[in-house]
Amino acid sequence: MIAVIDYGVGNLFSLKSSFAALGLEAVVTSDPLVLAKADHIVLPGVGAFGDAAEKLKTSGLWDVVKSEAHCGKPLLGICLGMQLLLEKSYEFGQFEGLGLIPGEVKPIADKLAEKDASEGSSFAADLKIPQMGWNSLIMTNDSPIFKDTKNGEFMYFVHSFYCDAPAENVTSVCEYGAKLTASVQNGNVYGCQFHPEKSGPAGLRILSAFASL
Amino acid sequence: MLTKRIIPCLDVRDGRVVKGKNFKGLSDVASPVDLGSFYSECGADELVFYDITASAEGRRLFTQILTEVASKIFIPLTVGGGINTLEDFGRVLKCGADKVSVNSGAIKDPQLILEAAKRYGSQCVVLSADVKRVDGSYHVFAKGGREDTGLDAVEWIKRGESLGAGEIVLNSIDTDGVKQGFDHQMLSDVCGSVSIPVIASGGAGCIEDFIELFKELPFVDAGLAASIFHYGEVSIADLKKVMAANGIPARL
Repeated sequence: MIAVIDYGVGNLFSLKSSFAALGLEAVVTSDPLVLAKADHIVLPGVGAFGDAAEKLKTSGLWDVVKSEAHCGKPLLGICLGMQLLLEKSYEFGQFEGLGLIPGEVKPIADKLAEKDASEGSSFAADLKIPQMGWNSLIMTNDSPIFKDTKNGEFMYFVHSFYCDAPAENVTSVCEYGAKLTASVQNGNVYGCQFHPEKSGPAGLRILSAFASL
Repeated sequence: MLTKRIIPCLDVRDGRVVKGKNFKGLSDVASPVDLGSFYSECGADELVFYDITASAEGRRLFTQILTEVASKIFIPLTVGGGINTLEDFGRVLKCGADKVSVNSGAIKDPQLILEAAKRYGSQCVVLSADVKRVDGSYHVFAKGGREDTGLDAVEWIKRGESLGAGEIVLNSIDTDGVKQGFDHQMLSDVCGSVSIPVIASGGAGCIEDFIELFKELPFVDAGLAASIFHYGEVSIADLKKVMAANGIPARL
């Protein structure tokens, strides 16, 4: 059974439906006991990092997610859910993350400005924030959740912040002025910046690969 | 690279798609679920479902249809029509919509944009505006383009952006249905300097109209159309191929 964590953040309908379409049982839950029984855990999320972290703590699931991940259970963070896996975020302040994947969450705008400063480009002025739409994956490290995914496949992104993680933890990037982290992995902990549940058949293949871990 | 998006818009009344014919291999072109699946398989990047029902019964049916669509089609879904309150946002988001498009409801109560952005995030608030040239300026029209609000479109779009809208759909009433191309002048004048994604609507008649749109107006992120897709005048698969051949980033 796959547990999709419900902590009052984001649209869980599509995620649940995606697993159903794959013939997999997914339970939307905020019950620590269900998380403990699950074979796989998905941490979704949209909105702001601070709010989401707070909600996860208030619902008593912060430590549960950490301990389940430490026990080796496959955990997949999606979008903001992926960002929460990192150590720290600079979205509207400074917030501590779950620390399951090394790295920090930073504004895309800063990354573009950095690049412009070093290369004389004008990405910060030309590109819109958030990045919203379909972008292709550039694979940088093997990951079992991409066992049925080809280099260059398109996924649906909506984000204003990106994960600045060590190269060995980054499994794919996308090109948006600069190379932005599209997915991360640290052992049994996985993260996708894009929405596999909104990325058509290509996205479903990733969810299927995760569920088969 | 981020691709330019192609978005078919489906008008739904009493649970059925209003326009549509000439679909090979589709037995029921009026079914929003079948038509949505068809577009999704053809490479549509997103779908817009517009509820043009007036009755409560029709609205209930729409919500039911939306749930069914969202449980079968896994690309972004935007829902519009009859969105006047935060509860309306909640109602369609719960059924699987990813974004909600507001038009007349936001004109009546602009705070709706702010409140919805605060509660659900800017990424799901789409400000849709029907705009027409009146005495040398651009006016926003309400009620499906029937009523001149007198609002200046440039000001309105700026205001919508500052209230927290995450995306703009600009529909030119002047070019809508004319099929001679998108309204480049209006798009530039009204949306040229916004910093959120812009979706152009109104006027597409053929593939070349989309090519010109994306080539001439780099700030436009997506093209939306209805009847030319529904009547099979433009195939999304062909359109994507021509975009790619012209160097326009497209998801194939």
